[in-house]
Amino acid sequence: MAERDFRKKRLDRGIKARSDTIFAVASTKEILYLLAPRFVPVAILLLLPLFLESYWNKVLVYACIYGLLALSWDFLASCGLFSLGQSLFFGLGAYIAGALNYYFHLPTVVTIPVATLAGGVLCAALLSPVMRLRGVYFAMVTLMLPLLLMKVVETTGVFGGTHGLSSLAGFPHEMLAIYLAIIGFLVCLFLFRRIMNADYGLILRAIRDDDRSVMSGGINIYWRKSQALFIAGAAGSFAGALMTHHYQFVGMSTFALDYSILPVAAVALGGPGTFAGAALGSMILVPLSEALRALGGLRIAIYCGILIVSIILLPEGFFHYLARKYHQFERIEKIK
Amino acid sequence: MSLLIYGLINSVILALYTVGFSLTYGISGIANFAHGALYILSGFAAWTFMNAAGLPFWLSGILAVLISAIIGFVFYWVLLLRLRGIPLAELIVTFAAGVAILELLTWKGFYGIRYSLPVLVRGGVEIFGVGIDYQRFIVLACGVFLVVGLWLFVHHTRIGLAFRAMAQNERTALSIGIESDWIGSLSLAFGAALAAVAAMVVLPLGVMESTIGYEVLIYALAVAIVGGLESTLGMIAGSFLIGYGQIAAARYIGAKWMIIVPLAAIVFVLAVRPSGLFGKFKELEERV
Repeated sequence: MAERDFRKKRLDRGIKARSDTIFAVASTKEILYLLAPRFVPVAILLLLPLFLESYWNKVLVYACIYGLLALSWDFLASCGLFSLGQSLFFGLGAYIAGALNYYFHLPTVVTIPVATLAGGVLCAALLSPVMRLRGVYFAMVTLMLPLLLMKVVETTGVFGGTHGLSSLAGFPHEMLAIYLAIIGFLVCLFLFRRIMNADYGLILRAIRDDDRSVMSGGINIYWRKSQALFIAGAAGSFAGALMTHHYQFVGMSTFALDYSILPVAAVALGGPGTFAGAALGSMILVPLSEALRALGGLRIAIYCGILIVSIILLPEGFFHYLARKYHQFERIEKIK
Repeated sequence: MSLLIYGLINSVILALYTVGFSLTYGISGIANFAHGALYILSGFAAWTFMNAAGLPFWLSGILAVLISAIIGFVFYWVLLLRLRGIPLAELIVTFAAGVAILELLTWKGFYGIRYSLPVLVRGGVEIFGVGIDYQRFIVLACGVFLVVGLWLFVHHTRIGLAFRAMAQNERTALSIGIESDWIGSLSLAFGAALAAVAAMVVLPLGVMESTIGYEVLIYALAVAIVGGLESTLGMIAGSFLIGYGQIAAARYIGAKWMIIVPLAAIVFVLAVRPSGLFGKFKELEERV
């Protein structure tokens, strides 16, 4: 058998010195090799709005907003909290920004920062009773909470009830909204990566791996988890506030299942744990789902099919796969 | 009085929704989020057998249950085999499969008044001044039969005992010759079959719609969480708590508030007792 005689051999490139994060750089080519995967996507993302039509610019904003939610999901997952309710963060931010603008006529310069911070605090407060839970159990509660809030809005009619709050203040120029979304997304991406690589993130990751040993180290894990919830909640709320002012409307749909499922799908596609995977996943999935819109009702079914296939064939995620290909040589070798 | 009786029936319906989900999760640790989709899919399968092939209801019901079981079995080998032990991936795959089934059903146009299954026995009876039709009695009987039968099955048959062995410790079960993939796929098939049985008895009470799939999933999750995911007693207690809670809420506050009861119950129970009402083993390591 030809397959038995040969095997695929993988070798790390010589630039890597002993670990994944320490490199021995010797030439400009090697510096480029390291910097290109970081700077090229950023440059593309920043230049893209100048060349797109207004419809695809809207899609880009969507992608950034889902990307923010996916990042906040990945952040929570990094400390062991698997959430199925990113729409809770999204909806809270959206409603805070919308209500401040609708009832008190505050400008967007005030509402978006306030919604970001207040949304983070509220998320941490709302989820604090269930912070002790782990895994599937935490996931199920977070799946329920936004649906509960949606029903509360529907039955009590608070904040405009089923009609929502409309004719809110928008952005003076469309480009401003687009760049706010992109910059918020990029800042979030690099900030989260930075946090996770610092000592602070080390504790969060340790909580995910073995919370008992972190506790025995004298660290209050519930306080840390609530901080993580605040950070992730703030990112999600920022996305919500941005969306509210971009569409000048806020309604019950902000708590809908889409905003919970799509970010998770994006992370699953891109690969969890690195944030870059989450970002990549949402940049692939959102335009894809727009392109499938023409298919009408079949869209979601096909979309689920793609998701299933990609998870089964690449459980590690797209990003990890690409990173491996980028950092390693592969060659076919004869087995002696 | 009607509160008591309708609460009882509602509770049994919830228990029927949950029993398959809870069985699968209890044995193999797979949270089958396609449960609701399989429920409604088997309903439509039975309808198709009756109206397109002209089979009698009992036969098409049995066929639908079989089909659902086969789908569950295939799910395991095709979708879940490579993902065992990654809970998140399992959850996403089953959920995506469920949504895909539901969306396909909607796309094929399976909704509307003409889609309904016939009741087994027409008519009704009046008890303590409350009118109940016979179908609801069948639901009651079926619920009791399933729960008791399932208990006997897992305690007194070879496969049932293998199920329990697998639930308690997968590796040890493997070392005494119980093949975990085989049992895992059987557990999924059983869960799916139970969903189909529930569909056969509960669906004749109303009209079939694909959106019911989401509702069933949410109720099954709610009951399972409130009761404790792996205990049968907890499942019964959970369904009674939510079942009566819903009817009481509909009576005294308003029908709109029915949906809030399971959600409120979950948040409350988890805040007070994170392992659920009757979550027994695994509770400390897994939940908290």
